[in-house]
Order: sequence, then structure tokens, then C-alpha cells
Amino acid sequence: MFEVILLQFINGLDKGGAYALIALGLTLVFGTLGVVNFAHGALFMLGAFCAVTFQKLITLETVTVDPSQLSPWGTPVEVREPLVQAWLGDFGAVLVNYSVPFSLLLAIPVMLVIGIAMERGLIKYFYKRPHAEQILVTFGLAIVLQEIIKASFGANPIPQPVPTDLRGAADIGVMLGLNPGIITYPIWRLVYFLFSGVVIGAVFAFLRFTTFGMVVRAGMADRETVGLLGINIDRRFTIMFGLAAVVAGMAGVMYTPLLPPNYHLGMDFLVLSFVVVVVGGMGSLPGAVAAGFLLGILQSFASMTQVKALVPGIDQIIIYLVAVIILLVRPRGLLGRRGVMEA
Amino acid sequence: MNHSKKGMSRRTLIKTGLAGILATGVSPLILTRGAWAQEFCNNPTGDTVTIGLNLPLSGAYAEEGADEQKAYELAVQHLNGEGDGGLLNVFAPSALKGNGVLGKKMAFVTSDSQTKADVARAGATRMIERDGAIMITGGSSSAEAVAVQGLCQEMGVIFMAGLTHSNDTTGKDKKRYGFRHFFNAYQSGISLGPVLGDEYGADRRAYHLTADYTWGWTQEESIKNATEALGWETVQAVRTPLGAADFSQYLTPVLNSGADVLILNHYGNDMVNSLTQAVQFGMRDRQVNGKQFEIVVPLFSELMAKGAGENIKGIFGTSNWHWNLQDPGTIAFTKSFGAAYGSPPSQAAHTAYVQTLLYADAVERAGTFYPPEVIKALEGFEFDGMGNGRTLYRADDHQCIKSVLVVRGNENPTSQYDVLEVVREVPREEVAYDPTIFGGELGPAEPAPMC
Repeated sequence: MFEVILLQFINGLDKGGAYALIALGLTLVFGTLGVVNFAHGALFMLGAFCAVTFQKLITLETVTVDPSQLSPWGTPVEVREPLVQAWLGDFGAVLVNYSVPFSLLLAIPVMLVIGIAMERGLIKYFYKRPHAEQILVTFGLAIVLQEIIKASFGANPIPQPVPTDLRGAADIGVMLGLNPGIITYPIWRLVYFLFSGVVIGAVFAFLRFTTFGMVVRAGMADRETVGLLGINIDRRFTIMFGLAAVVAGMAGVMYTPLLPPNYHLGMDFLVLSFVVVVVGGMGSLPGAVAAGFLLGILQSFASMTQVKALVPGIDQIIIYLVAVIILLVRPRGLLGRRGVMEA
Repeated sequence: MNHSKKGMSRRTLIKTGLAGILATGVSPLILTRGAWAQEFCNNPTGDTVTIGLNLPLSGAYAEEGADEQKAYELAVQHLNGEGDGGLLNVFAPSALKGNGVLGKKMAFVTSDSQTKADVARAGATRMIERDGAIMITGGSSSAEAVAVQGLCQEMGVIFMAGLTHSNDTTGKDKKRYGFRHFFNAYQSGISLGPVLGDEYGADRRAYHLTADYTWGWTQEESIKNATEALGWETVQAVRTPLGAADFSQYLTPVLNSGADVLILNHYGNDMVNSLTQAVQFGMRDRQVNGKQFEIVVPLFSELMAKGAGENIKGIFGTSNWHWNLQDPGTIAFTKSFGAAYGSPPSQAAHTAYVQTLLYADAVERAGTFYPPEVIKALEGFEFDGMGNGRTLYRADDHQCIKSVLVVRGNENPTSQYDVLEVVREVPREEVAYDPTIFGGELGPAEPAPMC
């Protein structure tokens, strides 16, 4: 039983890390700009499609039609030859193998531009409008973005490869002195967990230890006073929106081997990331991280057969049940600040 | 004094009486056929007849919905005498002439069901009431099919189901107005069981992960029955929410459960995600109970299988039909579809196309669009040339009885479409079963007054 509980706990940490990372950008935007961004899931999805695009680019092929051979449906057979590997040799093969991590290099600038364009082109006009209108316009934007992706890439999920060196499962049990094969866990999930920790740590450090971060935090606390000091806080907030988009995009890129992305991916995570933010406290970065781990661990344990036998269906409602209890006991969420979303 | 004015003569009395009898009693018996014109929902009066396509054009099964739509458009073209004629050339016996249906050109309207039962039902209602659809067809989920055929029974409109695999569709929820060409979970179990026994032996311990809705439940039950009959033990059967993106919390308990086979009763995106994640957990590399750990996916979607990439290789499942079969019907349909769209058709497209032709043929044979007569023409109809061998539209439950394919993820695909290979074509006699085992009542054939 010990190994079963330990395995579920590791799974909870893994899920928690992913939830925290996905929710981080959302709470960042709310904390700085006060905007409820329902397009956040779409940013996660766009990040995932940066990985898809990168993979398509590096696996470009020359297509030659061979009229002497016909397919079973009567069209000439296409003979395909990979291009990039032919040009770049061994490095091309490495690029193809590690296409997901390499696609972060594409995703970071692309998501930064998308984030800034989204904020300057649309979001800024809704700062002083009610939250309901912000939700409507960002939700509409999310639908537009997902339809663009559907039109461009089709509706089917598109698998992304785990690098060959990181495939399969690691035997954590052996590292803990247990028998082999008792506690094994997918290597890529461990990579994603570490990646989440690094990104979350980097965002915290950026806000904590840089002048830019200090100004942003000051602006979050008192926007008017910072403005009176002659600091262009709006420009910094725009960059923060871009940064939130980058965080969401990177989370999406690295998630693609776990979940073959399709155009609907963002919607799958939208509600979940909102619950994480609400449970953590609107606008609280540490709250989002704490709530991510809390919900991840609880969801993992609620899915155990023994727990489901006691409370049937608990795995399907645990996240919402926790949200209701937290909001009843602590209406501002776990680490929410006074005055946020309180008229 | 006029004698006639005093009273009715005997001759006049007899004439009047006969006329009265004819008017009140006999004429309905003679003129019933003409009277239908006023008595059923959306009786087509112009030179076109409209059918309603209820398709998942968005949501998890959007790709299947798109493929079904292509097939319906092709079927309508062929019925109207356009294109190469497709299966009209090989389907037998056939009353189809390639000039529409009963001389009327076939047209269609579509509605996006989003793979949601309530949306599908609302869309079907709209197409019947607003667009005048004479028949509703399509769908890629059993929850949708059960909901829509219930509505069609209430409204007196025939429903030719698309992709639906739950036993309930033609079992406990069967309806007189609902017809299914696609096979079902019970037939998957009958077909797959012996192959699993041959490949993996009789001493196995199976762990089921099951989508928590009508299709998943019936598939789990059917596969459990089939594998336990082989001597396998069912270690655990766990229900998972439909549309769960991450299945890791359900996969971790499998690792130390003592099971050596994981059966994924998932379809579409759920299947792609759970299979991908199970492989990442190293399950296909494990040895348990001295045996190689195996994964089984009892119902494959070849469109979705592409999404699982290499993870699908070597995995057993079942399928209603496959474009690579070599019978004249399959060759004709694959060629026709491929020429029109540049790719081979999926099993969803195949069943959609066949259902449209079968409905049109039944109308031609009945000589009317009047649903009770069309139902009679479909019930017990036996045909060939549609790609599944000789097929019977069974009258007792409106389930097509035909051969079923056991397939396996192709180890050496020759193209991006060559995802599955056919391992065994299980003959119709082996997958036929007693239609009463799932209960249910077909209900009345008479059209309801509403519409």
C-alpha cells in the first residue's frame, strides 16, 4: 500500500506542477492588469501549436509524384524525402529528435509578440470596463483563435515526439532503496515537473530581484502613485501581459508530448486554471502555486480505487468541491489579497 | 302532384346508402395511399427532398464529423446521378436509379452537434421543424444517437444513425424509427475475444479504464464477458470522466495492481490521450506475472489513431470496416471517395454513406416517403456490395448483422493513412446474437401527430 500512496503522491506533485504553471500566467495578468483573461487557455494552445509548427518545419519533405504507382483510391503515389536532415546531417537528426525542447526557441518570441499585440490591440480597451465584458471579449477571442488553428491544422490531435533519451519510465523506487519496478514514473513527466519549478522560480525571481519586477509589484499595489512618480507603468504592464503569454506558451510547448495537441486544448484547461487561480486567491502568485499543488495532489488521491469505493464519483468533482469549501472558509482564496475583486 | 316529392324511392335509398357506405367506410381502405400526403411529418411536396445531417463539426470528434459530411455529400451526389455513382454500381439488390429519390432531387441541411446529446437533439428538432428534414442521420457518439433517435420516434421521423457503438442504441434504447448500420460493443467482444486468447493466452489479468457514459459501460461489460469466458480475470474496472485530458492519476494504480493487460474502453481523443500516456508510463515495456504487459483498445477510430502516432503499433482492436479490404464495394467506395477528397474514407464516412443509400433505396422500394412503409422496407432487408459482405438489417432490433473486423496497429505503415491492418474478418454468423438479450421495445411505427 505504501508504494501505491507514494506513486499517487508523485503523480499529485506532477499534476500540481503542471496546474501551477498553466495558472501562473493567468494570475499574473489579473494581478497586474486586473483583467480576467478567458483567452489564457488559447495562449496555452497557441504555445502547443508553436511546437507543432516547429516540428512541421524541421520535417519538411520534398514530394515527388510517381505516376507509375497508384494509391488504392486511384491517385498517383507521393514519394517523400526529408529536407532538413539531408541539409544538416547529424544535427538535423538531433533537431528532429529534440524538436519539442527546441521549439521553445520559436515559442518565446512568437508568444511575446502575440501577447503584446493582444494587449495593445484589444485588452487595453477593456481595462475600465466591467469584468463581465472582459470575460465576454476574451472568451470570444479564444474561440476565434481556436477556429483559426482548426482551419490551419485540422481538428485531429497531432502527436509530438518525446526525445528518445527521455522516453519510457524512470525507476524512482530503486533510487529510494525499494525493489525494481515498484515505483516507476514517465521521464518526460519528471522533466515537465522540473521545468515547471524552474519557470515558476524564474518568474518569482524576476518580480522579486529585478528593478523592473519591483516597479511592477509597486504598480500592482498602487498604480496611481507609481504613475505620479513619472514611471510609465502601462508599458511595463503590457510587457507583463507578453510575459504571461510566454509562460502560457512554454507550458503548452512542453505539454505536447503528454497530450497530443488539437485546437480544443485550451478549452480543456481553461476552467481548471481558473479554479486554481480562484482557490489560490485572485492575483496571488504564491497562491496559484500552492493551489496548483493542493488540487493536483487531492485529484490524484481522489482517483484511487479505494477512495472512489468510499465516495463514488469523487474524482470527477474533487476540484470543484475543494473550490467551494475554500471559498466558504476563505472567501479571498488561500493567499488572496484584501480588495481584489471586492467592490 | 309529383310522386317523387312525397318520399324516397327504394332505388334512391339504395343508391344513397351505397354512397354513404363508400364515403364513410370503404373509401379510407381504398384511398389510404393518397391520404398519407396529409398525414406525416415533412412529406416532400416540391421537386426536392431534404435530409438533416447532425454532425459533430466541432468538439472532440470534429474530424470524424468532417469525414462523415464528405461521405454524405458524396452519397447525395451519387443518388442524384452525379459523379461516378460509387456504391450504386455494386449495391444489390437495389431499387436506386440515380435520378434522386422517387424522382425528387435529394438535398441536405446540416447542424453541428458538438458531440453533445442535448445540442444534437436541439439541432435535429430544428432541422425537422424549420428545414423540413424527412430523415435525420449522422453523429459520432452513442449518447447523441440515443438522444436523437428518441426524439425521432416522438416526431415520426426516421433516424439513420452514424457512428454509434453502444449496445443500448439497438438494445434497451432501440426505437422503431432508429436504424444502425454500425456494429456494437457486444460484437466487438465476440470478435476480439478469440484473437486475444490466441495472442495472449488464457491466463491473464485485465485492468479496464472506461469512459463513464453509455458506450463505455456497454463496451466494458462486453469485453469483460468475452475475456472472462477465455479464463481471464478482471482485476479492476475504473470509470474515467469523458474528455479527461490527463489520465495519469488513473494509470498509476494500474502499475501495482497485478494486472498484465490494460484495456482502454476509450474512444476518440480520450483513446489518443490515455494510450499515449499509458505508453509513456512504460507499460508496454513491463513484465508482469512473468508475461509481457499488453494494451488493448477494443474500438479503434482510424482518424484518431493517427493522433496516437507510433503508440498504436501492434495494439489489437475492432473496426466496422476498413478501406483496405478487397471486396468490390470497398474498392468502389474507396476509389470514389479518394478521387473526390484525396484520402481514403474512414469507417465513420463509410457508415454515413451506406446509411444514406439504404434509406433512399428503402423509399424507392416502398414507393413512398411515408415512414411506416419505409420502416417496413428496411426491416429484414438483406443486401450485399456495401463493403461488409452479405448484410441483414435485422427487423427485431434494427441492428445490421454483418461481418466485423479485428484490426491491429500497423507495424510497417506504407502511408499516413495505413494506420491499421486487418487481422481477421469475423463472419456474420459468428457475430449474430439473440436480439432480446439487451431488452428494450421498438415502439409503434405509426407517425406521431406532432411535427
